[in-house]
Amino acid sequence: MGVDRSRPPEVGADPAFRFPDIVRHTLSNGLDLRTVEHRAVPVVTIVVQVEGGSGADPARQEGLAAIAADMVDEGTGSLSAIDVSDAIARLGAEYDVDVGPDVTTFSLTTLARFAERGMSLLADLVIRPSLRDGDFQRVRQLRLDRLRQLKDVAPAVAERAFLRLLYGEHPYGHLAIGTDAALRELGVDDVAGFHRGRFVPAQSTLIVAGDMTHEEMRALAERVFGGWEDHAVPVAWGRASEIEPAPNAGARLAIVPREGAAQSELRIGHLSSRRNTPDYPALLVMNSVLGGQFVSRVNLKLREEKGFTYGARTGFDWRRGLAPFSLSASVHTAATAEAVQDAHAELEGLRGSRPVISTELVLAKASLTRGYPRNFETAGQVARGVAQLALYGLPDTYFQEFVPKVNAVAGDDVTRVAAAYLDPSRLTTLVVGDHPAVIDSLRRLFGDPVLMSPEV
Amino acid sequence: MTSIGLPFTKHTLANGLDVIVHESRQVPIVAVNIWYHVGSKNERPGRTGFAHLFEHLMFEGSAHHPAGYFPPLQQAGALLNGSTNTDRTNYWEVVPTSAIDLALWMESDRMGYLLPAVTPERFETQRDVVLNERRQNYENRPYGMALMAITAALYPPEHPYHWMTIGAAEDLRAMRLDDVHAFFRAYYHPANASLALAGDIETARAFDLAERYFGELAAGPKPEPVTASGTLTREHRLLLEDRIELPRVYMAWHSPAMFADGDAEMDLLADLLANGKTSRLYRTLVYERRIAVDVSAYQGSRELASYFLVAATAAPGQSLTDIASAIDAELQIVIDKGPSPAEMQRAAAQIEAHFLYRLQTVGGFGGKSDQLNAYNTYCGDPAYFSRDIARYRQATEERVQAAAARVLRFDARVVLSVVPHGRDALGLAGSERIAVS
Repeated sequence: MGVDRSRPPEVGADPAFRFPDIVRHTLSNGLDLRTVEHRAVPVVTIVVQVEGGSGADPARQEGLAAIAADMVDEGTGSLSAIDVSDAIARLGAEYDVDVGPDVTTFSLTTLARFAERGMSLLADLVIRPSLRDGDFQRVRQLRLDRLRQLKDVAPAVAERAFLRLLYGEHPYGHLAIGTDAALRELGVDDVAGFHRGRFVPAQSTLIVAGDMTHEEMRALAERVFGGWEDHAVPVAWGRASEIEPAPNAGARLAIVPREGAAQSELRIGHLSSRRNTPDYPALLVMNSVLGGQFVSRVNLKLREEKGFTYGARTGFDWRRGLAPFSLSASVHTAATAEAVQDAHAELEGLRGSRPVISTELVLAKASLTRGYPRNFETAGQVARGVAQLALYGLPDTYFQEFVPKVNAVAGDDVTRVAAAYLDPSRLTTLVVGDHPAVIDSLRRLFGDPVLMSPEV
Repeated sequence: MTSIGLPFTKHTLANGLDVIVHESRQVPIVAVNIWYHVGSKNERPGRTGFAHLFEHLMFEGSAHHPAGYFPPLQQAGALLNGSTNTDRTNYWEVVPTSAIDLALWMESDRMGYLLPAVTPERFETQRDVVLNERRQNYENRPYGMALMAITAALYPPEHPYHWMTIGAAEDLRAMRLDDVHAFFRAYYHPANASLALAGDIETARAFDLAERYFGELAAGPKPEPVTASGTLTREHRLLLEDRIELPRVYMAWHSPAMFADGDAEMDLLADLLANGKTSRLYRTLVYERRIAVDVSAYQGSRELASYFLVAATAAPGQSLTDIASAIDAELQIVIDKGPSPAEMQRAAAQIEAHFLYRLQTVGGFGGKSDQLNAYNTYCGDPAYFSRDIARYRQATEERVQAAAARVLRFDARVVLSVVPHGRDALGLAGSERIAVS
């Protein structure tokens, strides 16, 4: 029997999927515990999420949250930094730290039979890090050296300059690694103070996902984290998300010169939306149409039609406060001005002159929803997903509701949110590239640029 | 020790296509994974970069669906990608169970009927895309040309590992559409491919579907195996200038080919040298003496021959000479004395965990379907998973020491200094300045 090749086969109805049940429990010290049974492979992932990411860095102490997070595995109790590294290796564990704008997340994945040892080690690190000055000096120097190297990494230069342009002096206006000047002034006492004030159980979330029962996970968490003492004097920290960034007035062009660069690193965008907006599903669909996937207007134009780039995409850099929407791409130097023009045209078009059409809408929604269960394949994926719910205060039913909510987005919704959340008159266009090669054509389009240093 | 296994069933279709099925029903997704046993090792000088450029064209559509490979699959909720290395080219989709027919239809259509969809315009555009990829990931990235310089020095010009998979820019510019046709006929057909399906699918149904969509395709010729050899007879000291702040030294050796005796041992050696703060080089260079800001070691396992690579970046003001001698001193210790029992115990725990973590995903790069195809393509047997674990478990202190002594010869290696522009004096003494483009 031959295959009918006149057209591709139809796809059947989406298979049913039972999203993970999240069981919550608050420990007596206020720690918010969430457990998920995930029995596919004998593995467990443990996540501790504490309040305070890079947005919690005090002014002129940019980089404090990240260096504090880095100091966590530099020793605890009688264990030196080397001993900690050895202990993690002996569990076959994977330890990871993520310093976001709002929270810092510590995670450890290990074999289920090492769950107790793994969780105990993670608790010792997070609750009782040694914070020794000798280790601090070494870690700080490595971070200063890294900052120096980042000056030559075009995407990092772009990220850094772009945050600065969009947020200015706002606490979200810097990379987690901070600045050279601030790092040089930091001391180990600053780290100890940050740890004392921010690493507190009542403001933290513990997530356990893996090959154990809810009861086992809860009992283990009680044993290991129950002794984490809360502080007698609660400190009222301001949240970066509660500070309104100063709006930028109009469109502008900024260039970070990179002499002789073969490509221009582009960032085009502005502050746009908060994660907790009710328009979130419509914004996801809008982004999908515009540049959130391979088959999107921006990538099809800049890569598949023009061949200007290896790939172009758009996205929200979500956080609790006002988040940027931006387009990013690395384009051939000679194509810089035309690529920027095309990018602007795509952002403008979706707002009205070329609204989303039905085939695009169907594709965008399907790409977000039909494969959604694949995000729940591993314990680590599940734990990270639950950590996101905690970060944004989303309900335990969020995963179940995701697909219907996205499917309910209509074409008019996409046009409406594009008009409301994208504003070409406020776009910041940043080019990290060969200044003499790109300046004339860019100036004709946008006028004189702001020139920035790679160190910001 | 946990029992770790990757069960599967394998059948070969009449046209030579190997089909491997692994059931895993936790999530309603199926991974479709195809390996073609062709990579940049099948290229020749003057035509480098072709295997990878060809991979790009595989996403542009095929005869019965010329309007691009991505749209129908993305509309079905698929995640998809492909990659090319020296030895093989792989393609994969992870689809909802309901879209398995679609994925197999698409994959079989491009295996059987790609060429009518490859227009001159698409060819030109993808060549530009690849040139952009090369600029973005190599030319415009700090230390991005180092490995190109190293492989060129490790292997003689006619050896197919002499060039990197991304190819030379002038070769990419010189390619013609005719080359695409010849390459497709030589390498893209069932006899040179392996299909793995893993996930929420019954084994019998998976084989039926494979037969249905791929059974009609002509077997095609089985390409001759590529052979090549090359040895180093001295230490080659090279120097490359780059847009960087901190100088870096690389050392590279020829090492046992993938799955050959000593390959697993060198992989373990790389870990004990430079993985984590406990590792020997990190501890000495970065943690204690603080003369380097980072250090790495890697056994680059490949089909014809592997390379072993050590690299360290100088801390500000520190000399590559001091770093290179500190590395040499540590290498000499491991050559003379081998690993410690404590290091081997740590490695054993990590091996067990590592192989178990590899069983968590059905699809994508490194997922179960990709591993089954790797073992099938390189060893002719997907069951090699368990022998793979065994060769790591059997690597004793003595065997690691012996492999280190055999490979890490100071008089047969490539040592590359990468220094900031105009600062040649920061390189190791006696280095020959080279240019890579």
